[in-house]
Amino acid sequence: MSGYLSGVLAQLLINVIVAYSVFLPAAAGLLNLGAAGFVLAGGYSAGALTLKLGWPLWTAIPAGGLAAALLAFLVSFAVLRTQGVYMVLATFAIAELVGGVLINIDALGGASGLSVTAYAGLPVVFAVTAATVVLVAWLLSTRLGLAMRAIHDDDRVATLFGVHLRAVQIAAFTLGGALGGIGGGLLVHHFNFMDVQSTGVIFSIYVLLYVLMGGTQTAWGPVAGAAFFTLVPELLRQGAAIGPAWKFLETGRFIVFGAAVVLVMVLRPEGLVTRGMFERFAALRARNPGPP
Amino acid sequence: MPAPEFAQQIVNGILLGGVLAFVAIAFTLTIGVLNFLNFTIPAVFMVAAMVTWALAAPAGRAFGSGPGWIAAAAAGIAAALAASLLIERFTYRYMRVRHGDATEHALPLVSSLGFLIIFEHLTVALWGSDPHRVELPLRDTDLHFGPLVVGGPHLASLLLALALAALIGAVLERTRLGRALRAIAENPDAATLMGVEVQRIVPVVFAAAGALAALAGILYAASYGTVSPYMGDTIATDAIAGMVIGGLGSVWGAVAGGLLIGMLKVMAISLFGAEIEKIPVWGLLLLVLVVRPAGLFGHRRLGRARF
Repeated sequence: MSGYLSGVLAQLLINVIVAYSVFLPAAAGLLNLGAAGFVLAGGYSAGALTLKLGWPLWTAIPAGGLAAALLAFLVSFAVLRTQGVYMVLATFAIAELVGGVLINIDALGGASGLSVTAYAGLPVVFAVTAATVVLVAWLLSTRLGLAMRAIHDDDRVATLFGVHLRAVQIAAFTLGGALGGIGGGLLVHHFNFMDVQSTGVIFSIYVLLYVLMGGTQTAWGPVAGAAFFTLVPELLRQGAAIGPAWKFLETGRFIVFGAAVVLVMVLRPEGLVTRGMFERFAALRARNPGPP
Repeated sequence: MPAPEFAQQIVNGILLGGVLAFVAIAFTLTIGVLNFLNFTIPAVFMVAAMVTWALAAPAGRAFGSGPGWIAAAAAGIAAALAASLLIERFTYRYMRVRHGDATEHALPLVSSLGFLIIFEHLTVALWGSDPHRVELPLRDTDLHFGPLVVGGPHLASLLLALALAALIGAVLERTRLGRALRAIAENPDAATLMGVEVQRIVPVVFAAAGALAALAGILYAASYGTVSPYMGDTIATDAIAGMVIGGLGSVWGAVAGGLLIGMLKVMAISLFGAEIEKIPVWGLLLLVLVVRPAGLFGHRRLGRARF
């Protein structure tokens, strides 16, 4: 596999994990515009463990996930005091604070970023992503997943039916934080570098867009959203090579991409992948059973 | 720090706060009336400044450095207004017509981020991603009060922000338009039933917010002498922080919050260095959200709707 292709693939796989870190709270009705905070917390923790203490990857990355989960658990009490736009801004503020603290720790590279030597190859990244997809799909089929879906659709009715709103939301936010930390650990060890500047506001905005574009109703939404956001700009870049008439894509590909974002929201307001899509597909199969 | 330098930092903080207050008023208008966090405001801020630069820059551009810069600034504001109305058409209006409620989904938020991507990369495609120097005539109007230096454009944006806040406050309180806006803020459906033409008034809100952001962008370019496609991003996040601390939907809250954030940033940078600025700003924001979510002057009800 060429270096370019494996680079894009690794980026896509990590983006899927980070998308799930925002998807889990979103599936329980919590909008998180602070993905970068948990990615930074997990990435810097895991990176510091391999670099300074010589931990192996298979303990350092989960430890990074735990650190991010702890952070998410602690801040979830503050986040849950807010609603609507305020919650978006609270999670955003938390991410900026984490970045603001890390950039001032000179032992971890400060403003010039953290460089590590341990390397997590593509197979490792692939295995962790596959495990994450399976885990989230399973989680949504459990009682907790059902409670999250109920809260997402209507929190008052969910409470009436005996769902413990606060506990479920704290659990969803903490699990999301853990996934963000694991994604950060993979990110820093695959690219051997992480810094606060490139894991900032724009990063958080893009991750939230993966989730809302992909759709929050099913476990496949974040995969679709991350794939759209990672692959469409790359495909447009390739498109510029078709001929001189397509040359404008070299500089203009993000304009086309932004227009695609607006268009998808106009045509599919619940996201690319919806629950109705699966239900229609299942109904179609029930009506026309294939040959025995 | 010696006293004159400290006094100069206070002045600088107030002046940066003037620009932030401007942008914060633009944010608070759309969020107060429409319950919509409009992420295209940084794009509009930047488009106005970039268009003004492109038309007024001396090197072989159409207007030259004479009085042409007024025409260039007018063109910049016109471009920003056109962009705002386009954004309104595909975010708020579309969602409301199709779904009956524009804020039920997170859609306008996503669409506005899509527009932010479009406009930033459009300017990159046209003029490149590097910052450009701006030489507007206002640049040479620094005022000297003893040892203190006050930038002319800075002072103009601070005074304009105060004047516009007073004007917007009066429009909201006293006029028919203001009453319609307050009715929409209360409940868009009830406002429609009471005869408010929501579809005709919402574009006015977008245009007003766009004009404010555009003016702020041009004054910012004149004050700091530089423009770039990403110039709006930091200003907008700081202005959002100021708006929340002041209280969503409150015009004077936006002014107070903008001034507070400007002061906090300049003080933190001059006392502790450039890397520290995020911690006091976002720490204060988080504290305000947890302890007093309505901000200093806001209404509790605003901004609580589900996404």
